[in-house]
Amino acid sequence: MVGVKSVPSPAISADDRSHEVDHPSSQVAQFGAEQPLRLDCGVDLSPFQIAYQTYGELNADRSNAVLICHALTGDQHVANVHPVTGKNGWWETLVGPGRPLDPSRYFIICANVIGGCMGSTGPASINPATGKVWGLDFPVITIPDMVRAQAMLIDRLGIDTLFAVVGGSMGGMQVLQWTAAYPKRVYSALAIACSTRHSAQNIAFHELGRQAVMADPDWHNGGYADHGIHPHRGLAVARMAAHITYLSDAALHRKFGRRMQDRELPTFSFDADFQVESYLRYQGSSFVERFDANSYLYLTRAMDYFDIAGDHGGVLAKAFAGIETRFCVVSFTSDWLFPTSESRALVHALNASSARVSFAEIETDRGHDAFLLDVPEFFDISRAFLQSAGKARGLTTKDG
Amino acid sequence: MSVQEVLPLGGLTAEQSGHFRADHLLVAEMVKPGSKVLDVGCGEGDLLQLLETRGIDGRGIELSREGVNRCVAKGLAVVQGDADTDLVNYPDDAFDYVILSQTLQATRQPKVVLENLLRIGRRAIVSFPNFGFWRMRLQLLIGGHMPRTDNLPATWYDTANIHFCTIKDFVELCDAIGVKMERAEALDLYGRPLRLRLPWWVWNMFGEQGVFLLSRGGRK
Repeated sequence: MVGVKSVPSPAISADDRSHEVDHPSSQVAQFGAEQPLRLDCGVDLSPFQIAYQTYGELNADRSNAVLICHALTGDQHVANVHPVTGKNGWWETLVGPGRPLDPSRYFIICANVIGGCMGSTGPASINPATGKVWGLDFPVITIPDMVRAQAMLIDRLGIDTLFAVVGGSMGGMQVLQWTAAYPKRVYSALAIACSTRHSAQNIAFHELGRQAVMADPDWHNGGYADHGIHPHRGLAVARMAAHITYLSDAALHRKFGRRMQDRELPTFSFDADFQVESYLRYQGSSFVERFDANSYLYLTRAMDYFDIAGDHGGVLAKAFAGIETRFCVVSFTSDWLFPTSESRALVHALNASSARVSFAEIETDRGHDAFLLDVPEFFDISRAFLQSAGKARGLTTKDG
Repeated sequence: MSVQEVLPLGGLTAEQSGHFRADHLLVAEMVKPGSKVLDVGCGEGDLLQLLETRGIDGRGIELSREGVNRCVAKGLAVVQGDADTDLVNYPDDAFDYVILSQTLQATRQPKVVLENLLRIGRRAIVSFPNFGFWRMRLQLLIGGHMPRTDNLPATWYDTANIHFCTIKDFVELCDAIGVKMERAEALDLYGRPLRLRLPWWVWNMFGEQGVFLLSRGGRK
């Protein structure tokens, strides 16, 4: 008989996670009945809340605020210890003392997106109308919805114009949506490893992930909360598939090759003989500890629907006509999820719109994930862009 | 059309000295203040910086990432790209001027690039090393090897420059594709314009580089 070790069960209790869903350990902005969130699907979401973190202080003229937009499975804990996993912030390479986004210089804001599961209202939250978890009753959301909610938060914080909006991958989509929807409110935009529309290949990968979640018998048509369980096997598979797309063949080969895990010879079973297999199983199982399966469905769907040109008669340049925001677009050579060609299309549209745009392709074999890793050239260009924009904006700082 | 017909001189003012390269000063002088300029192959952005001091809205395209990095650090809007492949994506009339400074000889399709410059910009400014320069001729004639100069030090097998031409060749190309030459200058070894009104063959012989202000039209 062929032996198969099951994926280890989550080490962190479901209680920890579910507590963060409605009562996050970060700051929360609550919006009542008088301030509904207008969703693209036609529904007014109300009441709702946005969980967020801030670092640094807003200066006197409120000109140093930076909004960081997180990627698909990120959250607001960009530069502090994560309350559920206990791990460091997901973008501590970019945010922190001496980093390109230094809290001594900028007032940095990062919010959990609407539809998320770390304190902003989403499918894992309690629906106040029923007192039960939203589940699939939660309305389908879009990237513009997320940005609209962020704009309400920025209003609440008393900020008119953001000095910069920064983000990679799905965060980069939000950056572009911010500039298209609120051009006057964004002084500079740093869009990394992203695109103005989700490609057919990317939609296909997302569908694979969603089907994996839905095929898990524990999913119960999205009503797993009522059964007190979580479809962690399906979600882990979705995460494993997605994780492969975040890397590159070269990076996987360098990291693992065909090396075996804790053994010399194959076991002739479906155990994780290869290191790359146990790595993926680990990635999958640690992800389900902190993420909600339905949230994964909603957020991947939001990315799939994203198409800025489609919202502007198919002409991308129209979305950015007459825009005064300073753009910096960055792509990575080995990113096959958001390849450089997509960044170039964006840059050409920005040029056609007379926008002030810089663009660089960073040479690396680390794939889409490179924006989260320690890639010095990427930090150099981010720092240079933010500093020159700060100079143009008249941001005065200790070190100029 | 001959070079002679289109070669009045532009003078440099005394204050425009020292800090900037002489050929850059000449190019900057050809651009009307307040216009919108694309510098193709902008290197580290020196020319763009000079243009910004003159109130010109400048953008750049540069092949090397190091160059792009330096430009971004200077606050310039520069995009990493390749003149041969990227210009086709730019819309018509996007800029008042498109500048191609010392880059024409490194393009795969100089004619197509030139046509694109004048589609994207209402005017184009093109400068290039003149292969008709007497030193070049002498190296080939006497030395019997492919010429190398201080400005073009690479050997024939590892140079990025693949399409050298002379001032005369360039003028003929402009004629062939119906480009109007509004102004032409030949620069000496130090990048200074040859001041005298001279027959074109002298320019072709003694100009180390040519700088041309071009516009559309003039097709026969």
